[in-house]
Amino acid sequence: MENFAVFVPRLLPQQEYLAPGHRACIGCGEALAMRLVAKALGRNVIVSNATGCMEIISTPYPTTSWRVPWIHTLFENASAVAAGIEAAVRIQNEKGTRKNTPKVVAMGGDGATFDIGLQSLSGAWERGHDFLYVCYDNEAYMNTGIQRSSATPFGAATTTSPAGKVSIGQTTAKKNMPAIAVAHDIPYVATACPSYPFDLMEKVSKAVATRGPSYLHVLSPCPTGWRHGGDISVKMGRLAVETGAFPLFEVVNGKYRLTMDFPKLRPVKDYLTPQGRFRHLPKDEVERIQQGVIREYEKLKKKAEA
Amino acid sequence: MSARKKDSEITWQDIDIGAVIRTPGNAAEYKTGDWRSDKPTWNKDRCIKCGICYLYCPEGCIRRDEKGFFEADFYYCKGCGICARECWTQAITMGPEEQ
Amino acid sequence: MAMVGMEGSLAMAEAARLANVDVVAAYPITPQTHIVERLAEMVANGELNASYIPVESEHSAMSACLGSSAAGARTFTATAGQGLELMHEVLYVASGLRLPIVMGVANRALSCPLSVWGDHSDVMAVRDTGWIQVFAENGQQAFDLTLCAFRIAEDPKVLFPVMVHIDGFHLSHVVEPLYLMEQEQVNSFLPPFSYPFPLDPDTPVTMGAFTVPILYSEARKSMETALRSTRVIINHIFADFARVSGRQYSAVEQYRSDDADTLLLTMGSYSQIAMDAVDQLRDRGEKVGLIRLRLWRPFPFDELRQAVENCQTLVVLDRCVSPAGPPGPVCSEVKAALYSQKKRPNVAGFIGGLGGRDLTPAEFVQMVERGRVIAAEGGEEIEMIGVRG
Repeated sequence: MENFAVFVPRLLPQQEYLAPGHRACIGCGEALAMRLVAKALGRNVIVSNATGCMEIISTPYPTTSWRVPWIHTLFENASAVAAGIEAAVRIQNEKGTRKNTPKVVAMGGDGATFDIGLQSLSGAWERGHDFLYVCYDNEAYMNTGIQRSSATPFGAATTTSPAGKVSIGQTTAKKNMPAIAVAHDIPYVATACPSYPFDLMEKVSKAVATRGPSYLHVLSPCPTGWRHGGDISVKMGRLAVETGAFPLFEVVNGKYRLTMDFPKLRPVKDYLTPQGRFRHLPKDEVERIQQGVIREYEKLKKKAEA
Repeated sequence: MSARKKDSEITWQDIDIGAVIRTPGNAAEYKTGDWRSDKPTWNKDRCIKCGICYLYCPEGCIRRDEKGFFEADFYYCKGCGICARECWTQAITMGPEEQ
Repeated sequence: MAMVGMEGSLAMAEAARLANVDVVAAYPITPQTHIVERLAEMVANGELNASYIPVESEHSAMSACLGSSAAGARTFTATAGQGLELMHEVLYVASGLRLPIVMGVANRALSCPLSVWGDHSDVMAVRDTGWIQVFAENGQQAFDLTLCAFRIAEDPKVLFPVMVHIDGFHLSHVVEPLYLMEQEQVNSFLPPFSYPFPLDPDTPVTMGAFTVPILYSEARKSMETALRSTRVIINHIFADFARVSGRQYSAVEQYRSDDADTLLLTMGSYSQIAMDAVDQLRDRGEKVGLIRLRLWRPFPFDELRQAVENCQTLVVLDRCVSPAGPPGPVCSEVKAALYSQKKRPNVAGFIGGLGGRDLTPAEFVQMVERGRVIAAEGGEEIEMIGVRG
């Protein structure tokens, strides 16, 4: 298995399992995340993809960017399809009708994971299928034009939670998906960001090596939906982590560990200001967001120290 | 780049069973380089051959040459500018696409 | 082989066991639950070596079947009524991707009002999903048609999912005498499953790409043409099954219809009640017969037209209402199939047997008598049989 903690890009495997020629937006942070995940997964996988940005940009018939076996069916069932594949591989190995044992990897956006596909994901976790679920979280239904999801953070403007004369945008906080994963007692849960590529790829490796369900939650900066330049997508991901808005951690058999920590967090306004989706926020709301971030970060640190 | 039929010429008999695609990675025929307005240029005097630009390219189209320097494959490069932003020695500059 | 007494559900489970199914995705719903329970028991006892996935909904049941079948495993599930509706969007995917999943459906009425009892409203809602669909009318057929379903679905020239319909309660729960088959007999009829392009890292494929408008029509025509062409292969497979079992099935089956001037048309277990009515009418000298659709999709146009060409009146029973639409889905399709024929019978349609309501031979006799009158006069009224008021 590859050791991705060497921090030297030149030593990474060269093979791209996601071919260029895909139709992602210019500067898409999610496409970068998916490219890195694919690189870390290698060839011995079967991917079950939900409907969403990554599915659409990678498979316009008759072309595909995928160089591994890949299936897309519907929006809310990537986990159920993955469960079927995993069950098939298991019995085929047992009956001798299949020689290889590929890792089954389900992929979906935040809409597919947090909302419409939560049931099938919860079911697959409960049944303990050996599969990795990667959530590419760009914090809204981006492929259909930037509608809110339960992953949209407080105060963000989307088309279905617009900022207006009597509205501040999204009025509820982001659903805590990693906590929901941990509540299912699955052996490996982690958050990641393409701005920290080695951390991300190392976590993919660990998840692949896990027997049983694993969950990787990848923050995916979206220039189109977050309304920032495509050139700063990696920078936005870094700011999300440095301000504590999106902490990088992993939970191994229920034990929390921060994989990136800072002596002092940057003020969250450094992260919010470059994004057009937060531009409307008055100072007191930014302050409220700041306090929320600190509060959640402290909670996380307590769990890691326990 | 490829010899396949144009989409508008594909007949129903051409469609493979279940519309399955049996040629992995054939999206590589599509020239996303046409999307570009800005183009990255590497200054080899500043480049330290670290490969961070290759790592951060969402297209995965930056390659190392035989001398160890990096450059984009302009058939695919969309000109997003992430490589220029992230380069540690600011060896990459974005300039307008020449006509 | 000796006859055994068995519920239709359990007979279906036996067929799946003899077919050495690889993966079963199971979610319970009345009245199919006995199918998935028996399969669980078989797996727990080591009688069946399969991956049994107790999914959390029917949508996930069919979705898991998609993954399993795409990975090249022989896949089975069962559902009924609301469950069939919940997996509705997934059904189109199964046929669009050409995955040979076999599903037993214990036909059940749809809410509201809630009814767990049998009728064909769940079936009629899935006419256009692109599945091959066959109707059993007794316990023997619940067993036989399930075995045929695997063979049909997985045939390299077919590769479509297949539904085997059994009437809820009337077939799922009634113990009937039937013959099972020996494993060697089944093996001589059903070869091991080999999907032409399974999900496998050694030969990566992409399934489920999206099509822009310039390509979608071509993809649909490709699929529709293929489904239409499976009728010939299904007939061959029925013939092969007859060779192995001694029981011959056809797309349209007939009962005392040769010289009939009036024919009844039914699907499912109520065909057997209709046969009693035909016998009664024949006893009093009337030339009445019965035809049953064994094959519902692909629709057996030629066989239907041939079966009715010499009768004056065709009386169709629908166990489903199409509210405010033409009387009865089956009746509408039959009329449509006969419209282009220069010589065709007058057709009358009745709706009956909804939500598990029994029909008696006397009511079938009533349908024949009233049917002759309606068919001669025409009219768009829905005639429901056996409704009070």
